[in-house]
Amino acid sequence: MTTLLIAEHDGQALKAATLNALTAAQALDQPIAVLVMSATDTVAQQAARLPTVSRVLLAKGDCFAHPMAAVMAPTVVANLSGVTHVLAAATTFGKDLLPRVAALADVDCLTDVTAVLSGERFQRPIYAGNAIATVHSRDPLKVLSVRASAFAAAMPGEQEAPIEPATLGEVPAHTAFVGAELAQSDRPELTAASVVVSGGRGVGSRENFDLVFELADKLGGAVGASRAAVDAGYVANDLQVGQTGKVVAPDLYIAIGISGAIQHLAGMKSSKVVVAINSDPEAPIFESADYGLVGDLFTVLPELTAKI
Amino acid sequence: MKVLVAVKRVIDYSVKVRIKPDQSDVDLANVKMSMNPFCEIAVEEAIRLKERGEASEVVVVSIGPKACQDQIRSALAMGADRGIWVEHDGPAGGLAVAKGLAAVAREESPQLVMLGKQSIDSDNNQTGQMLSALLGWPQATFASAVRKTDAGFEVTREIDGGLETLALTGPSVVTTDLRLNEPRFIKLPDIMKAKRKPMASQTPEALGVAMTSGVTLERVETPTERSGGIRVDSVDALIHALKHDAQVL
Repeated sequence: MTTLLIAEHDGQALKAATLNALTAAQALDQPIAVLVMSATDTVAQQAARLPTVSRVLLAKGDCFAHPMAAVMAPTVVANLSGVTHVLAAATTFGKDLLPRVAALADVDCLTDVTAVLSGERFQRPIYAGNAIATVHSRDPLKVLSVRASAFAAAMPGEQEAPIEPATLGEVPAHTAFVGAELAQSDRPELTAASVVVSGGRGVGSRENFDLVFELADKLGGAVGASRAAVDAGYVANDLQVGQTGKVVAPDLYIAIGISGAIQHLAGMKSSKVVVAINSDPEAPIFESADYGLVGDLFTVLPELTAKI
Repeated sequence: MKVLVAVKRVIDYSVKVRIKPDQSDVDLANVKMSMNPFCEIAVEEAIRLKERGEASEVVVVSIGPKACQDQIRSALAMGADRGIWVEHDGPAGGLAVAKGLAAVAREESPQLVMLGKQSIDSDNNQTGQMLSALLGWPQATFASAVRKTDAGFEVTREIDGGLETLALTGPSVVTTDLRLNEPRFIKLPDIMKAKRKPMASQTPEALGVAMTSGVTLERVETPTERSGGIRVDSVDALIHALKHDAQVL
């Protein structure tokens, strides 16, 4: 009876969301093995130091230099002996991979789990977070992607779990990596950041968004955006917070020039403290904010960044 | 090249969700239903492939109750050539739907199957991945660009942190993200024309698929809502509140 946690990484380091998924795995209260599929040893050594992990399975191969679901799924399935639960963070990596694993194992897949009630009962948001479903899985294997923002990050410990070689699955020849354009950023990951500063259409332009970035950098936070700001081309798509973007739950969420459409609220309403800054006193975002400040953001933001 | 597109009938995206008093599910009685927005993007992309001369036929399939014929007709009005309706009433797990679609794909032998990345009701984001696994085909989820190549497809995907491009060989499954395209509006003459396009009926039994799932829905409840807080009148007051009251600075 083992829980298999799939490590998400960039070849150098574990992604922060894996630490949140580990906390979800701990709630199942059984031995946890971490599966690292990688071209190098580095990430497995890091995974071995994670708390409560009983062993690390390392599937080493050049085919894992870039994470591709079709390439990785057979290897996950090859390591399911004695495994009752497979978990990964519900990132684009986890959501791409886990349903493929579940189908190969002939079971259903539970997406975006926000609470582990028992080994068989889980909660997950449906209808863009407008309803919370409690589901009961009687499948012999439970495959769950877990929403990182719903679980605290497990803290790295002192221990050292053994690293064992994993069984390698068949590597299909039908999928090849061509290239990636990844934003280089020293800012924390949006879904794992404790502070998120988001801008909306009210920010007005790509240049004005610098004010949002400056405040985020002062606070050591991540930058987000509403769909309107992304559609207007102010920032990259992957910064979108909301129903069709990322779901965040930081300690502090600052919404700047965001009206507060229900689709945006779906992506940030679990934040601990919400601040809204908007020039429109009637903006619906104020109904969901702990602190609201009505003002011109071109005077408010520089002042806030300077004084905080 | 034949393209198969799977579409789903869901609650209209603009409708406010109501939960049944007994908390057994979301109340869909007398609620406006539409084609899942991500499925619309998939239909649009398939039609554009046809308009560019890269696809020869666009076939639309939906698994669901009789009413989901409306969504197949919408896809036909957008420009798809024919429809396949797989009749199924009641809940359906992701794996069962994927098995049904896999059976249709085996009969139709398309070179490309397109689906939305997720439906806006169950938010599962899994049918395309499962279908691809069952067929043993390559998959590219969250597509923001799809290009036909000699060997198959080159697909740019929206992933955390940016974009990634994969080369897929042979028949493939692609799921659409929000910005792949903007679906066209349907014009009245197209709706009339769609009525004359062929739509075949199928059953899961005939396809050899059991619409069962190991997962059952036990309860649906309303999430705790945020309530409005206080207004502050200056940056100084805001900083003071965040430092001393909320203690997040």
